[in-house]
Amino acid sequence: MNTDADHPRLSAHFRMQWEEAQQAWVLLYPEGMVKLNASAAEILKRCDGSRDVPALVAELERTFEATGLEAEVRAFLDMARQQRWVADT
Amino acid sequence: MTATDRPGPPLWLLAELTYRCPLHCAFCYNPVDFARTRAEDELDTEGWLRVLNEARALGSVQCGFSGGEPLVRDDLEILVAEAHRLGYYTNLLTSGVGLTEDRAEALKAAGLDHIQLSFQDTTKELNDFLSHTRTFDLKQQVAGRIKRNGWPMVMNCVIHRLNIDHIGQIIDMAVELGAEYLELANSQYYAWAKLNRDQLLPSREQLERAERITNEYRAKLGDKIRIFFVVPDYYENRPKKCMNGWGNVFLTVTPDGTALPCHTAKMLPGLSFPNVREMGVGEIWYDSEGFNRYRGDGWMSDTCKACPEKEKDLGGCRCQAFMLAGDPAATDPVCDKSPQHQVVLDAVARAQLPGAGTAAPLLFRDPKASRRLAP
Repeated sequence: MNTDADHPRLSAHFRMQWEEAQQAWVLLYPEGMVKLNASAAEILKRCDGSRDVPALVAELERTFEATGLEAEVRAFLDMARQQRWVADT
Repeated sequence: MTATDRPGPPLWLLAELTYRCPLHCAFCYNPVDFARTRAEDELDTEGWLRVLNEARALGSVQCGFSGGEPLVRDDLEILVAEAHRLGYYTNLLTSGVGLTEDRAEALKAAGLDHIQLSFQDTTKELNDFLSHTRTFDLKQQVAGRIKRNGWPMVMNCVIHRLNIDHIGQIIDMAVELGAEYLELANSQYYAWAKLNRDQLLPSREQLERAERITNEYRAKLGDKIRIFFVVPDYYENRPKKCMNGWGNVFLTVTPDGTALPCHTAKMLPGLSFPNVREMGVGEIWYDSEGFNRYRGDGWMSDTCKACPEKEKDLGGCRCQAFMLAGDPAATDPVCDKSPQHQVVLDAVARAQLPGAGTAAPLLFRDPKASRRLAP
């Protein structure tokens, strides 16, 4: 489950890359692709297993000079775990 | 087509490297006349490298190496390495025959991202499989190699009348071999499968049982494996959105370099498809007559034009419309609004009869049969 001890990271079988032709970040996996919107991409870029969720939220809020992002980040991570894009370490 | 309808890039490039194949599957979707393409007619290494570069420049990002059996080509590693260097996600679609330890290592070093391993499934192979003999041993070895190299593994099993009752064993085997994904893909009735349709189309009872068992396994196995079950469209009353739209995301290049919007489109009459030897991939994708013909909805039959669901399925499959209604622009006869829907209902009705599919022997895909059927 989504606890503060979790350090989300991109699952090994997914690859994230910038696609010039689509002007978007995409997630690639066996025979498939997901086009990411800008906020999904910013969250996933930071899912490298090095930070827990509060640290991830804090970094996003600092970078984008925003507040109150936690609910959105947690909702996205829940979905991303369900899709198995993200695992926790 | 208007200027504003300009399609997006061909996100999916399917490189059919060769029609040569050690297998003889009765459901093969390679064209019946595949033997007309001889080994010397195949696009050479340089040709394929050019295709990979041109398609990537347009925005292709998923690249499938398929066939035939792509491992028959000894330049596969060179092509995979180039695709990887260009930033493609690279998929190898293979029967596993020829995936030796050395080639697996070389493909790993070349940057191959994923292997889809298919169960071969002629009746002889089916027997092998069910009796856990030769096929099982080969698959086990190859699956072990795939896992040891750290690749995600999709197992693909074409489902039909002759193996659908063993769906539970098939799922067990995929789990045992460590697959992350299992595609239980009911045969689609094109090319060789179309010739064998009466022998391959399952009964409704078989289909319902298989779906039920698959769902039981899904509940039992949970996250361990993702199982996709593709229903044969003959049992639907709306057609599939074939290839996600004509010339929309898929670009197939056949062994001789012909560029197609799908791997069976060459059968369509009155259409010419360009060859990558003569035309650049960009011009092929955006400007060629073959790729533009069934884009948009201007070509649609009145049935489709007036249909509120036309955006959902885009009138179905052009090849199926041609095969079953004699007109590539017709509504796909799978649709119950199609004036030719009875053709599908008749085939389905035949599949329910006792002894269905036994009137004629299975016709296996091999070069001899190909030359006989398409001299």
